[in-house]
Amino acid sequence: MGKIISGLWLTVLLALAAPATAQNQQQPPTTPPEEVIELEVGEGVFTTFNVAVPVMPTPQAVDTPAGNTQRLGQQVAEIIVSDLRNSRLFQPRGPGGLPTPSFGEVSSPNYGVWQGVGAQNLVQGYVQANGDGSLTVGCYLYDVGGRTQLTRQGFNVPVAQWRRAAHRCADTIYSRLSGDTGFFDTRIVYVSETGPPNRRIKRLAIMDYDGGNHRFLTNGQWTVLTPRFAPDQRTITFMSYENDRPRVYVLEMGTGRVRPLVPGNYQTFAPRYSPDSRFIVFSMAVNGNTDVYRIPVEGGTPQRLTNAPGIDTGGSYSPDGRQIVFESDRGGSQQIYVMNADGSNQRRISFGGGSYGTPEWSPRGDLIAFTKIGGGFRIGVMTPSGGGERVLTGGPHDEGPTWAPNGRAIMFFRGASRGNLWYVEASGGGTRRVATPLEGSDPSWSPLNPN
Amino acid sequence: MSKTRIIATVALGAALVATSACSSRRPESLPPAPGSEGPGSGIGTDPGGTGVGAIVPGSRADFLQQVPSDRVYFALDSYTLTNEARAVLDSQAQWLNANPAVNVTIEGHADERGTREYNLALGERRANAARLYLESRGISSARMQTISWGKERLESFGSDEASHARNRRAVTVVPE
Repeated sequence: MGKIISGLWLTVLLALAAPATAQNQQQPPTTPPEEVIELEVGEGVFTTFNVAVPVMPTPQAVDTPAGNTQRLGQQVAEIIVSDLRNSRLFQPRGPGGLPTPSFGEVSSPNYGVWQGVGAQNLVQGYVQANGDGSLTVGCYLYDVGGRTQLTRQGFNVPVAQWRRAAHRCADTIYSRLSGDTGFFDTRIVYVSETGPPNRRIKRLAIMDYDGGNHRFLTNGQWTVLTPRFAPDQRTITFMSYENDRPRVYVLEMGTGRVRPLVPGNYQTFAPRYSPDSRFIVFSMAVNGNTDVYRIPVEGGTPQRLTNAPGIDTGGSYSPDGRQIVFESDRGGSQQIYVMNADGSNQRRISFGGGSYGTPEWSPRGDLIAFTKIGGGFRIGVMTPSGGGERVLTGGPHDEGPTWAPNGRAIMFFRGASRGNLWYVEASGGGTRRVATPLEGSDPSWSPLNPN
Repeated sequence: MSKTRIIATVALGAALVATSACSSRRPESLPPAPGSEGPGSGIGTDPGGTGVGAIVPGSRADFLQQVPSDRVYFALDSYTLTNEARAVLDSQAQWLNANPAVNVTIEGHADERGTREYNLALGERRANAARLYLESRGISSARMQTISWGKERLESFGSDEASHARNRRAVTVVPE
């Protein structure tokens, strides 16, 4: 297992590199970003940016293990277009059908050409192989009508991680034009599934948010469930039936080491990290009674947070770490409750009719996503006080929401005994299937990858 | 050469342990000697354990033959034992009392109409309900361990009520 994981952990350096011809331009904001955010969260009303993304030229065509830099210049542009299109905030065009700028034009665009194409914004860049096995991808965003550079970044990455440079460029554009942080340079850990429902083979798998760089983390010998990324991305917690002893485990990404989290003989499950990555809340079933506990990531003595008779499970921290949302059937049916992080002040917040499970606090703090139960499963959101409930998906079996790190989108799985990963915007639009090599469930969306 | 001898010794030791465990309970029904009618001989045996002549007392096959069912069923989102379930567990308790050396695992399962983690808790409730009942019938708690599979091991794949009902179960598993 260690072999699969080692080398996975990415170190990407933010380089201030720019073409020799780059001018030291300022970044005057010509588009007020606030306007865009307002429209984006408004129910399905969109202002889209018409963005041209031509092929990124290379100062010198060089063969790398990931292909020639000329070809990479096209692929990077394609990924940027795909990312921007996925967000539905943009109407990206290119790289096909657009003129390819020269290397010299990267930092001084031919605005007349792009005005003629009808682009409001222009993304240019370059791909350059460095002698040391790394690539530098330059990323420039222009306001075509205002003839100004809005932002520029350089990303220095190991050749094998060239896709990350493309995602980070797209995040830069998303952030500059929407005023929000992006979510493209992120990954998904999930459960890859195959086989009939009574002998389902479940493996942990990890991939870029768009399906790139897919790989398996476990071999399928034991059933694994409900992985979660640590916010610092140094560990992943999950549940495994290893040796027929279902327990919460922690996978250390740097070493590939897997260790049980909680001592003792009771079944543990539903692990979730605290925002500072220091604690994991989990559920433990003791003689028919399931409660939520907290334990340091490195192990130790569990601290019990709930003690109502019944099933208390699925704890999820608020982004400030001060509260935990969880589900409980203490009132007779599965409902959502909020408590302080020390277990005090437990109160029910879901009153919309039907039952609710799998609450997940948005990284923005403004919403709680859940699975609504009753006539099938659907994904919905409500505020932390229980107001403003909205159902986002149509079912019939949509379960297990996980938030994009900017709180603008949700991934979940659709399908009862065999399912697939799906994506929906927090506003309820843009529902689409997320491609995976096999069937999948239990997605967990990472924070933005560390720089 | 020496390696072969060690393996042979270990195998013999295991056979002795097995034989003595059996003979302490029911000396009159020892399994046939290895080779005479063992697995692979093709005569009257069934690896699945249904061949009557091959049933070892205290084995899973014996359990399945002696009790009306190895499992009990539950209503939706319930872990209450029905009268029928109690009758099944009564007979399981009888068998377990007659085979005091056998430890069992009680598996709790749920249908697909609950969310994954809730169903893990629900499956544990069901397994625990069966365990508590067997305990009340004189089976030592130390002989029983529970495991919840939630909705991870569906037995019936349909989405009709009959299929769901077959999945809401607690199964007493005797080692083979």
